[in-house]
Amino acid sequence: MSKNGYESALNGVTAVRGVRGAMVVAGGDGLVVAESLMEGIKGAAVAALAASLATRLGRAMEAGGVGGGVFWHLQAERGALLVVPARSGMLIVAIAEPGVNAGLVRLELLKAAEGVA
Amino acid sequence: MADDVKLLSAQLAQDPHSLVFLRLGELLRQKRQFDLAQRVATNGLERHPHLADAHDLLARIMADRHDYEHAFDEWDMTLRIAPGHTGALKGLAFLYFKVGDLAQAESHLREAKKVDPDDPAVDQALAMVRGGVAASDAPAPAVPVSSEAAEPIPEERVFAGLEGAQEGLLLLDAAGQVLGGALKSGDGQDATQAVAAYLAGVSQEASRTAKLLGLGGWVGLSAEGPQGNVHLTPPTHDALLLIVRDRSVPMGRLAVIGQRAALIARRWLERQA
Repeated sequence: MSKNGYESALNGVTAVRGVRGAMVVAGGDGLVVAESLMEGIKGAAVAALAASLATRLGRAMEAGGVGGGVFWHLQAERGALLVVPARSGMLIVAIAEPGVNAGLVRLELLKAAEGVA
Repeated sequence: MADDVKLLSAQLAQDPHSLVFLRLGELLRQKRQFDLAQRVATNGLERHPHLADAHDLLARIMADRHDYEHAFDEWDMTLRIAPGHTGALKGLAFLYFKVGDLAQAESHLREAKKVDPDDPAVDQALAMVRGGVAASDAPAPAVPVSSEAAEPIPEERVFAGLEGAQEGLLLLDAAGQVLGGALKSGDGQDATQAVAAYLAGVSQEASRTAKLLGLGGWVGLSAEGPQGNVHLTPPTHDALLLIVRDRSVPMGRLAVIGQRAALIARRWLERQA
């Protein structure tokens, strides 16, 4: 898939009101494959941390018997990070403002994940 | 404990890069299997040379072997990596006490107290050092070389009355050590230690990620899996609470259960202080 293809997969995610940006991240090494971010967001650093967090959490979930994660939602005081892994191992990551419709973001992330699978 | 060693050994064999070697090395140290413990710690350090807890583990093993020179080097390295590491501060205080340098012992214990003012073992050790008891006249101060030396805390003391206290609630410290609760995997096997080991550091990473994005402090991390949902929340800045339920419990409700359990855990932690 081309870089433009990855970026277009993010369009549905970034169209959701309250989403400040989205990225496609290589799950193994945390490198940004494609991004559509508002200015000021440190995409590379966030991608690395999100990938590391996803790996740790995924391993814990496997060990706990609930299987690998299909959706993660980090809630913070002033916003959220939402992640869906694609079958290829890529992570689709959204950065959102507080009060965003997390259910809608989840649906768009899942669609994007199918697009990059 | 033997089963724990087997379980952790299997996990380490499956994933040699995992941090489970910290728990395995510590368990072997407690069982006084020092050769094995040292091998596990040394192999772990080869993969994680900048991990302060790994140097601390090796230092504790060396101290148990009465190889104080190497123990000193490892605790010194621990502090270079993590200047406020209380295990290393207490360990060095112990070594200084052993050689009769009470001023240095007290200085390190004071630093440890600054980092962890509620640690009763530090107070006890400080009292002994300030009492001027020479090392040759008294046993070393009661500095707990291992933070795991204490008896495990029964889960019912933390989550009394909460649904799933025996199989779906887990309270951990920042290093992934179990404070209370238990987890069972889908096939009924005890998954407590494995999950705890993988979750070590998650709180810090969630915190760093939220901070990097300018989102403030993190308040929860929900995750959906094919066989169940999980919710993580930090009841205090250095503790982590995990709740696991099957998919019949929606993630939103899980977060509510999590807040209730976090409140109970916070109160329990305050009572322990």
